[in-house]
Amino acid sequence: MRLLNRTAGRLSRHRRGPLAGLVVLLLGLLISGSLYTALAPAQAQNQASETDQVAQGKELFLASCAFCHGKNGEGVPTVRDGYQLGPSLVGVGAAAVDFQVGTGRMPLASPGAQAPRKKVAFNDEEVAALAAYVASLAPGPAIPNESDYSLEGLSEDERDEAITRGGQIFLTNCTACHNFNGAGGAMPRGGYAPSLHGVEGKYIFEALLTGPQNMPNFSNGNLSPEEKRDVIAYLGSIQDTPEYAGFTLGGLGPVSEGLFAWLVGIGGLVGGAVWIASHTTRSKKSKVDA
Amino acid sequence: MSTDSRLDTSKIATTNGTSAATTSKPGAAGSLATWADDRLGLAAAMKKNLRKVFPDHWSFMLGEIALWSFVVLLLTGVFLTLWFNPSMGHVTYEGSYDQLRGVGMSESMSSTLHISFDVRGGLLMRQMHHWAAMIFVASMMVHLLRVAFTGAYRKPRELNWVIGCVLLLLGTLEGFTGYSLPDDLLSGTGVRAADGFLKATPVAGAYMSFLLFGGEFPGESIIPRLYIIHVLLIPGILLALIAAHMLLLVYHKHTQWPGPGRTEQNVVGYPMLPVYAAKAGGFFFMVFGVIALMGGLLSINPVWKFGPYDPTKVTAGSQPDWYMGWPDGLLRIMPTGWESVIFGYTISWNVMLPILIVPPLMLVVLMLLPFLEGWITGDKRDHHLLQRPRNAPTRTAVMVALMTFYGLAWAAGGNDIIAIKLHASINQITYFMRVAIFLGPILAFWITRRWCISLQRHDNDKLLHGYETGIITRSPDGAYAERHLPISESAAYTLTARDRDEVFHAGGDTDAAGVAAPNSRSERVRARLSSWMYSNNVQKPTRAELEAAHHHAEHEAELTSGLDHPVDGHQFDDHRLRDTDEVPLRDH
Repeated sequence: MRLLNRTAGRLSRHRRGPLAGLVVLLLGLLISGSLYTALAPAQAQNQASETDQVAQGKELFLASCAFCHGKNGEGVPTVRDGYQLGPSLVGVGAAAVDFQVGTGRMPLASPGAQAPRKKVAFNDEEVAALAAYVASLAPGPAIPNESDYSLEGLSEDERDEAITRGGQIFLTNCTACHNFNGAGGAMPRGGYAPSLHGVEGKYIFEALLTGPQNMPNFSNGNLSPEEKRDVIAYLGSIQDTPEYAGFTLGGLGPVSEGLFAWLVGIGGLVGGAVWIASHTTRSKKSKVDA
Repeated sequence: MSTDSRLDTSKIATTNGTSAATTSKPGAAGSLATWADDRLGLAAAMKKNLRKVFPDHWSFMLGEIALWSFVVLLLTGVFLTLWFNPSMGHVTYEGSYDQLRGVGMSESMSSTLHISFDVRGGLLMRQMHHWAAMIFVASMMVHLLRVAFTGAYRKPRELNWVIGCVLLLLGTLEGFTGYSLPDDLLSGTGVRAADGFLKATPVAGAYMSFLLFGGEFPGESIIPRLYIIHVLLIPGILLALIAAHMLLLVYHKHTQWPGPGRTEQNVVGYPMLPVYAAKAGGFFFMVFGVIALMGGLLSINPVWKFGPYDPTKVTAGSQPDWYMGWPDGLLRIMPTGWESVIFGYTISWNVMLPILIVPPLMLVVLMLLPFLEGWITGDKRDHHLLQRPRNAPTRTAVMVALMTFYGLAWAAGGNDIIAIKLHASINQITYFMRVAIFLGPILAFWITRRWCISLQRHDNDKLLHGYETGIITRSPDGAYAERHLPISESAAYTLTARDRDEVFHAGGDTDAAGVAAPNSRSERVRARLSSWMYSNNVQKPTRAELEAAHHHAEHEAELTSGLDHPVDGHQFDDHRLRDTDEVPLRDH
């Protein structure tokens, strides 16, 4: 006790010293700062890491995308009026980046009629960073949540209705290019509507929102999020339904059917005719000259 | 009758040699046959026709594929009519297929779905019916090609050729009406296209469309009307024409390939019973089997994925069935802007030309082929011996040119599928086809004709210099040469069993008395065509040439005479002159 008194007394001697105010101020800042760091709400922490993410995205963007899309994503025009090396990305939103980069379409391997789906060049974290950077340029459609395109939480009947409705929306809006089966179709000048088989719901939703490549844009005002969800559910359902009719021949319609009628049907039957004509009519096993 | 007689009559009559023979009691089948014959008198007709002879060649069975697939069509078609409801009345689908439950559609679409999902075996029957239809038209076309390439359409079979062409047209129309019945998105698009084609007819187009549809498209009449055309009108005509086609076949007797013992007066082959009945019956089961396998394993026209027809919808890959693909292809490669306006009426050449003008024109050309050929050659003889395609180079080349035109137009009808599967630009395919549709047939004609003529030369080489044995000999001075050996008598007979072509020469414009000859202009055209058709052909060697060649090859003929296996080369050395005892170490 004496020792404590003595120490307090010794400190107390400095309490009016010239540095006392500064020490107290520093001490106060240290404590409040430590407490804030420990107890601050999560949002503030995200804000800090989102800045990092945007910074990381910008770095990736400068390395992989800026050649065609410009250092600030403003697009790079060519000497021909109206043509560009890469379009402006201002306002395309995170959804467009997530679709283009997440499916491997971007970065483009070579210029051509259309960017094909290929091996994804970035990992999920990097895709998110790029999306965050492009989204920071101007407001645009965000990456949808899973709840936007899944039928979770609906009753059995509601699901069936959603799938039926989705089928009719699909046949009205999508089949003209993607074909009745979602098998894909041709577009002018070497372009094409890709096959929708096995495409994740998120990417279909994003494609509808952002209208990549030759595809028109189906905004939420045009096709509500529920309607988009129903189309995705229909596409999932026709892939989950067993093929009642047998091998689908690519699901391409009458052209592949005609090919099979000639190759398998006529090919097989002409073979049968050759076989029958080359066999004589012997009824015994021993060989007889006909 | 003595016991050592070679004829054993014990099965049909008994005799002890002293009393008259008594017939044994007929069996049950025999009694029945006698009973029937006493009342129907079939024996006289059957006696002749059951022994009717048909020549044996695989290509003679192609038309049978069409006949048997038609039988499958009748069988499966009857099954489908038991459930199909050809009505455009509106209903809400409440069947087993989840994705369309609650969707409004016509009764014909709804009953098609019912057949597909709720009738036992219905989907199999639907798919068999559709595959059989595809094979029916395809086999008619393959059969047509065989007939054309072998010259079987020459006199006396020209009219049967015309009947065959009509059958092909009717088969196509029958296919189109059937394709349209389910009233799904694909078939509705096809009917809409047909409506457009009708309306492209100048002046009468709109009237024709209103007449067919009972008002503005789509109306409520088209499905019932197509249905009655599909199940009654066209099948009736098809049946009658198939009967006529086959009666004429029996009347004319079947053509045969030339060969020893085969002449214009006989038919060499097997009788109807038991041989051809077994072969043809077996082939029916084969056709049925292939169609059943395809119907069971391969999806065709999955109407439930197309959904009901709705004029606001369309799907990529909207094509007609294959046999309507070539007019569709011509339509696809047609430049869009070809229209003219006369007195305020638009003439749509871009639709008329590829749909209303070229396809009917092609059909007329096809029907006229035997008559055109007969007029140019002036040949009025009956022909029952076939020609090898090489021995009619111009006809073969014309057919290949027509096939090339057809094939290119057909491929153009699938330009979108070709584009996505070969990663090509649909525009480039279209531009290519616009040129190829004109150049391709010309090129094909020229190549085919030269090819045939080369093959004719090759035949003459075989006749005059023998066949190539594959045995290379080296002469003492080091030169290598391939040995040729004479072909067999029967092979030589077969190769020379053809007529020499005679180029027709027109007489002068005036006859001997100085009077203008009738038809001199058409005769001149005929002479020019005859020269175009025949003047490059290679004719078979003359008797003198053959005899000289035969004399020349006497030594070789001697070497191989009596040989029952192909030459092995030792015919040309001295092995056979040595006795094995003299050269004991050698095998032979």
